[in-house]
Amino acid sequence: MASSTTKSTYWRGLARALPFVIVVIPFAVLFGVVATEAGLPLSQVMGFSVLVVAGASQFAALQFMSETAPILVVLASALAVNLRMAMYSASITPHLGEATLWQRAVISYFLVDQSYAMSATEFEAQPHMSLAHKIAYFAGVSTPICPLWYGGTYLGAVIGDRIPTEFSLDFVLPIAFLAMVAPALRTAAHIAAALVSIVMALALHWVPLNLGLLIAATCAMMVGAEVERRMQ
Amino acid sequence: MTYSDAQIWGIIAALGVGTFVIRFSFLGLIGRRNMPPWVLRHLRYTSVAILPGLVAPLILWPASEGGHISPEWLAAAAVTVGVGYATKGVIWAMLSGAATFYGLAYLLG
Repeated sequence: MASSTTKSTYWRGLARALPFVIVVIPFAVLFGVVATEAGLPLSQVMGFSVLVVAGASQFAALQFMSETAPILVVLASALAVNLRMAMYSASITPHLGEATLWQRAVISYFLVDQSYAMSATEFEAQPHMSLAHKIAYFAGVSTPICPLWYGGTYLGAVIGDRIPTEFSLDFVLPIAFLAMVAPALRTAAHIAAALVSIVMALALHWVPLNLGLLIAATCAMMVGAEVERRMQ
Repeated sequence: MTYSDAQIWGIIAALGVGTFVIRFSFLGLIGRRNMPPWVLRHLRYTSVAILPGLVAPLILWPASEGGHISPEWLAAAAVTVGVGYATKGVIWAMLSGAATFYGLAYLLG
């Protein structure tokens, strides 16, 4: 296909990701503020956001570090929060597995919740997209997300506690995830998987290291696949 | 926090490498090899299997409400999902959810 059309696919992905700017910035700023208040110098605050690029696990690591937990506990807890991304990696492989090794490495670095969820929804809805278009779309949805994650962290670290706290920013993240997932509820199988995910994640919330979520997700995927198989 | 500078950089580097390995795992190792249809059928449900479960405890037991069930949060979540499902639009879903949340928070004082 002509390069102009992959370019338009890139812009379509970028436009699709723009609403998440209002989520990523406050969340990133919050990390910058909290990490700085915990005593980390600017270089280490930025090191987190640039090298790890995974908000929930960065907050988890900070939490355990501020309690001076053993380093292995800090690492195990923060990495357990990220294990869901192995599922993202598996799920995106049928679409992007044919890319070159270095392209796959770059894609992996940018494989965050938002870029994964928007790409997976798009690739499922448009099964005939070529590899070049899929990569362009992924690059598009990643463009506003990751640089703003770095920038927001920097802003938070520099302006620190001059941010009003009464805005209940912890509300922004769940709403964004719900807005991402609702349009993906295309069939009874998707809805069944989502319901199982909710019920089991709540029932297994007591399981340490966030592993209850992984058990819930595995069961939810099995239910979704089984409902799909029976409906054929 | 009583770690040395080198220890903190060690934590950051290990988390960076570990997170990358997790993200690269299947994409890097399986690559272009075909996966069996039953595996693909399961993977199609990854995002709807994880995100609702990730969010459910945050909505039901919000930290800023001291972990207590809050009508604003439940109503805003329901509106977000309803609008997102009906319109297939991310922006409208987020805006209506946020409007519900801040509107109710204002009304309920």
